[in-house]
Amino acid sequence: MDETIEGSFQIIGGNFANAGEASMQLKSKLVELGIDEAIIRRAAIATFEAEMNVIIYAAAGRLQYYITPHEVTIKIDDMGPGIENIELAMQEGYSTAPDWVREMGWGAGMGLPNMKKNSDEFKIDSVVGEGTTVKMIIHFS
Amino acid sequence: MTLKDVAEILEADVIADADDLNITIKNACSADMMSAVLYYHTPDSLLITGLTQPHVIRTAEIAGIKSIVFVLDKKPGDDIIALARQKKIPILCTRFCMYTASGKLYAAGLPGCLFK
Repeated sequence: MDETIEGSFQIIGGNFANAGEASMQLKSKLVELGIDEAIIRRAAIATFEAEMNVIIYAAAGRLQYYITPHEVTIKIDDMGPGIENIELAMQEGYSTAPDWVREMGWGAGMGLPNMKKNSDEFKIDSVVGEGTTVKMIIHFS
Repeated sequence: MTLKDVAEILEADVIADADDLNITIKNACSADMMSAVLYYHTPDSLLITGLTQPHVIRTAEIAGIKSIVFVLDKKPGDDIIALARQKKIPILCTRFCMYTASGKLYAAGLPGCLFK
């Protein structure tokens, strides 16, 4: 693999029926490329959490990935409410999810910490009323 | 232990192909919050949950979980069963609650997920 492989997905807020599709497609692509299983799992978990955040909190969002011989970069930008206090949102267990989201098994306040935990590089920017952008890089070695 | 052992200990109904019962389960985690599963699981584990939603199957696939036990006699819908078969994730259904199911498996020697 010499060139960069790219992919892009539109994510619709509230669409739980297709939750995980983008992550699964990225996972399949990494499997195809013969990337180490543990690294694939980290990328898939980080992507799945990001995808769920868009579905839970935003009206819509876009997930893009770029795979080079050395790493995978995952970028997610959404049209959501934005995060008022990022430091607080990064704390394990902190969540603003409503009860109906918790009843579906999400909103434990582990999403952002889990994305960071599974990334080698993690960056989040958010503007209240406009949306949130997350960039995650996972190295292959 | 094998998935067959798990099924016998939990007196569970099995929704899987016969070959699936031979897979080895190394440890287990019990949770209804999928983010907790993604955070604390280890690969090749068993998920014990009361949540019967399609994204439980997707969470299991993403996390590399081998099999799912639904507690309290909860029966997954046809869509969930079809998705689980497609992803090759065998399902067990037990009448026991999450606490009892977890306790029975732990007492039989199946440890919890190890994480740092």
